[in-house]
Amino acid sequence: MIITEQKKLEQILDYLKNAKSVFIVGCGRCATSCETGGEKQVEEMAKKLSAKGKKIPGSVVVEAPCDDRLVSRELKAESGKLREADALLVMSCGAGVQTVADMIEKPVFPALESLFLGRTKRLGKFYEECIMCGDCILDETEGICPVARCSKHLLNGPCGGSHNGKCEVDQKYDCAWYLIFERLKARGKTEQLKKFRKPKDFSKVIRPRKMEYR
Amino acid sequence: MTLKQAIKSNKFIVTAEMAPPKGVDIEKLLESAEILRGCVDAINVTDNQRAVMRLSSLSFCAKLAEKGHDPILQMTCRDKNALALQSDILGAYVLGIRNILALSGDYPNRGDQRGVKPVFDLDSVQLVDLIKKMDSGTDLAGNKLAGKPNFTIGAVVNPGSDPLEPQLIKLHKKIDAGAEFIQTQVVYDVEGFKKFLKEAKVPPKIKILVGIFPLRSYKMATFVNEQIPGVSVPDKILKRIKNAKDPVEEGLNISVDIIDELKPLCAGVHLMTLNNLQEIPEIIKRSKLA
Repeated sequence: MIITEQKKLEQILDYLKNAKSVFIVGCGRCATSCETGGEKQVEEMAKKLSAKGKKIPGSVVVEAPCDDRLVSRELKAESGKLREADALLVMSCGAGVQTVADMIEKPVFPALESLFLGRTKRLGKFYEECIMCGDCILDETEGICPVARCSKHLLNGPCGGSHNGKCEVDQKYDCAWYLIFERLKARGKTEQLKKFRKPKDFSKVIRPRKMEYR
Repeated sequence: MTLKQAIKSNKFIVTAEMAPPKGVDIEKLLESAEILRGCVDAINVTDNQRAVMRLSSLSFCAKLAEKGHDPILQMTCRDKNALALQSDILGAYVLGIRNILALSGDYPNRGDQRGVKPVFDLDSVQLVDLIKKMDSGTDLAGNKLAGKPNFTIGAVVNPGSDPLEPQLIKLHKKIDAGAEFIQTQVVYDVEGFKKFLKEAKVPPKIKILVGIFPLRSYKMATFVNEQIPGVSVPDKILKRIKNAKDPVEEGLNISVDIIDELKPLCAGVHLMTLNNLQEIPEIIKRSKLA
């Protein structure tokens, strides 16, 4: 899931300073799960903007605002209310904001910061464990990714700042290589750490990436 | 004697550390390095140490080499991708630099340019491997070089890191990749270091230089003890520095005591004195290293 957080209201109001009337678009998937852009947050945002004098002609929570087909359908259905809007505020990740912006000739603004691809441990606890490098080595590291979970993306073991299982960058992080080591040790496979891993091949991830298999 | 010769000759090796200035006034610092002439085998020059921006290690090393010193270019993976690292490796060689110390590098969040992009295209093992590869005449992609460099390659280890085993596995990867000398993180815990040496099982041809950093105050001692991962200052030393009338002097005495005890066990020392270079010949004299 894409983890997002809401921008500060002052920032959003600054984006909207020239708009008297704002249509809000929410996200039925990731931003709903993150509690940043679901039904409830869209409703709260409408209230906050109203309190600041904005007219809210309407809002919609698109099941997946990153999907052209769904956005196109919902915007068509809301065309009457959209006509009254000076601007749109999209409460989704950047993919959703861009999808909406491509489909309407009105200013479209982001309400959220897109943070990372996250694993959910429980509601409100999200962790970055994959950075989608396009070159997975989880087979070698016993299911713990050093590319995502080591701050320095080291491939050949911990740096000298790893101590008592913690990362030198910030004690709130576990050292990924410590976790890998402990798991390998428990399974009698620390030999695996001795393998020299070559530098990552960044030619595999020339950005922007796309997938067109049909 | 150069570092390369010192390694070959099996003498006790002494290296010292310098940090380039934050700015372009290098003359005074360069002049202060004269005190090291003849008493150390080589001089490390730090590479934006602790992610604090300074004059490049490469430039300062070149200036030292010009004056006939034998510099060790500290090269981190933090600031440059493999393209830039490779051209710097070649550039260092033509500027007379013959030694490189490969490091991962401190993360920028602790430095004075916190918003910069951390690169880490390579890690330290890969950097050692890359320098070795260039020494053998090819670049990272396997293209042939027009004239090849010939470096003495070093790497680092933190002997106080817990657990030690993953650090030792990585140390051996660095040695297998081509590191000939190892400079350690600073050591105060002599017993811990002895345990490290015993467990590390490093072949004698690989030179372990123990990191020595004279404490200058009780405040510094507690900072080192609490803030530097894997460095512990034993209570005995904390007490010595706390009760000392002249903590700087006591810091030197402590360093000398550590060297005395570890001298028979390792191949050399690496002295880090925060550019208080006059302390280096003093430590060498008191430890009878010369």
